[in-house]
Amino acid sequence: MHLVHGVATTSESLGSPTFPKSMAQIFHPSLNTVSRATIFGAVFILGAAAFGWDSLLRSPYVTQVGVARDQPVPFSHKHHVGGLGMDCRYCHSYVEESSSAGMPSTKVCMTCHSMVWNDSEMLAPVRESYAEDRSIEWTRVHDLPDFAYFDHSIHISKGVSCTSCHGAVNEMPLMWREASLQMDWCLSCHRDPQKYIGPRDRVFDPDFHPFDLDLETRQALAEENRVESLINCSVCHR
Amino acid sequence: MNRFPLILVLLVMAACRQDMHDQAKLEAYESSEFFADGRAVRPQVEGTVARGQLRLDDHLYRGLQDGAPAVDYPMTVDRAFLERGQSRYQIFCAICHDATGFGQGMAVQRGVKAPTSLHIDRLRESPPGYFFDVITNGYGSMYDYSDRIPVEDRWAITAYVKALQLSRHASIDDVPASERGSLEESLR
Ligand code: HEC
Ligand code: HEC
Ligand code: HEC
Ligand code: HEC
Ligand code: HEC
Ligand code: HEC
Repeated sequence: MHLVHGVATTSESLGSPTFPKSMAQIFHPSLNTVSRATIFGAVFILGAAAFGWDSLLRSPYVTQVGVARDQPVPFSHKHHVGGLGMDCRYCHSYVEESSSAGMPSTKVCMTCHSMVWNDSEMLAPVRESYAEDRSIEWTRVHDLPDFAYFDHSIHISKGVSCTSCHGAVNEMPLMWREASLQMDWCLSCHRDPQKYIGPRDRVFDPDFHPFDLDLETRQALAEENRVESLINCSVCHR
Repeated sequence: MNRFPLILVLLVMAACRQDMHDQAKLEAYESSEFFADGRAVRPQVEGTVARGQLRLDDHLYRGLQDGAPAVDYPMTVDRAFLERGQSRYQIFCAICHDATGFGQGMAVQRGVKAPTSLHIDRLRESPPGYFFDVITNGYGSMYDYSDRIPVEDRWAITAYVKALQLSRHASIDDVPASERGSLEESLR
């Protein structure tokens, strides 16, 4: 079947295109515009779909940004860091030396909770875990795919503060993600890291954000800490 | 042309992604079905000593000299060492003992048992080795910190606690003669 001027014909009849004068045109000529519009529309719709897909990939639904996770014990950074003023390293003790920040064992909780809130129902899993030497299974909030390499210690020693990546944890009753952890997020800093450098002694301060300082100060600190821009694929994919 | 097989192949390829995201290796703190306790982080096997971790030096590792709490430090104490001690004290001790050592830290104000003031006579007279021992093995209702504070840092904290104690009982005679002038100047 072929289409000639919008009229269905068979190949035999193509040999001599003789149309009966009386045959009415099926499609009005104005539909040419409509069909052009539809072709344009298809491009537009594909574009919109691509945009929609991209937005979806960056939306909290996929990246989990700002979505608080339920935990087996409702541990609150807001209470312990914001309220009590605890230093991150009391619990995440290896963040300065190793790639992983380190998670507190329940013994760490018990240094206080053997003496305070020590009969609270909420903390029963902590006491059981300590007594029976079983781990509490926290729900992970941040987890890079295994093909990406990340190391806390270098970021800390170069002066990238916890808040640059994890946000104000002292305001989080339950932990959530502040950043998408997608590759373009890493690169947005790695292309121009000088902007994000703060003084080393404020790296752990949950109230500090590098943007509190003016640009020259940050660049001077970056110079002092010899901060480089690392964007080679092999830095993170090794 | 029938595109169905192509679409199927693309869908299957998309599904492969997860293998690379979650590889067969175990990351720190991941759970594992391989070990009975479900932990990827392995404890040291009981009764073994890891290479380079034979701790024979009683002075450095146990704070003992001739079986008694050490009076000297097993390393030189300088300004950088004290500053290290100060930062570690503020991370691990100040939350209960407070920044000055009187024992009114934030956790105490919210209900944790109040610790002994570090400025009582008995503790001022205790030698450094005693403080090293309290950090390493705990004392009464205070838990030990040996799992998170490395040996050198425990000595640094000890030196800083000793400095804190001195700061509450120092006289002008403790200041080197050469520095007295500037001290008197700044107090004026
Ligand atoms: C009293 C102990 C304690 C202190 C102090 C503490 N944390 Fe935590 N942190 C935890 C525990 C327990 C979890 C696991 C439960 C959770 O995710 O809320 C955690 C989880 C986290 C996570 C998410 C880990 C994941 O699952 O991806 C981040 C990020 C974090 N902490 C950052 C910080 C920062 C930054 C500070 C200092 C400003 C800090 N924490 C201080 C105990 C502590
Ligand atoms: C330095 C002491 C200290 C440590 C260490 C500590 N806590 Fe707490 N925690 C407190 C105090 C004090 C409160 C009471 C908070 C208040 O009244 O403001 C508290 C309250 C809580 C509560 C009650 C709910 C709330 O947020 O008020 C939970 C749950 C809790 N802690 C879990 C934990 C866990 C889990 C750990 C170990 C990762 C831990 N805590 C480590 C001092 C501590
Ligand atoms: C450059 C960004 C960045 C900075 C700065 C940073 N983190 Fe993280 N953090 C991450 C990423 C990315 C992960 C996820 C790592 C993974 O899945 O392997 C993570 C994971 C964690 C975890 C979960 C355990 C782990 O290591 O996987 C904790 C706890 C944590 N961070 C605490 C901290 C603390 C405390 C600081 C400040 C001293 C800090 N982070 C600074 C990016 C950062
Ligand atoms: C806010 C800024 C910032 C963000 C966000 C950030 N980085 Fe970095 N990163 C740095 C700086 C600064 C350095 C140190 C560069 C240097 O060596 O001077 C660094 C270094 C590194 C290194 C080199 C470590 C080594 O041992 O060679 C790796 C790997 C790395 N980052 C991975 C990541 C990954 C993966 C992410 C995203 C999940 C990320 N970074 C996000 C600032 C950042
Ligand atoms: C600063 C660290 C960093 C650098 C540099 C980097 N990547 Fe990535 N890359 C990541 C992280 C983190 C992810 C995982 C993002 C996620 O969770 O979706 C990733 C994911 C990917 C993926 C998989 C995407 C997906 O959706 O599964 C590919 C492919 C990739 N990177 C290629 C590259 C190439 C090619 C380069 C060099 C031009 C490069 N990366 C440089 C951090 C980096
Ligand atoms: C969770 C709160 C808490 C933290 C954190 C803490 N302590 Fe204590 N500490 C106590 C309590 C409570 C006592 C009193 C114990 C008793 O008498 O049963 C105490 C007692 C002491 C004593 C006196 C021992 C004696 O002979 O009377 C010393 C010394 C001491 N702590 C040093 C430290 C040092 C150094 C650190 C930091 C590494 C530290 N503490 C961290 C709660 C704490």
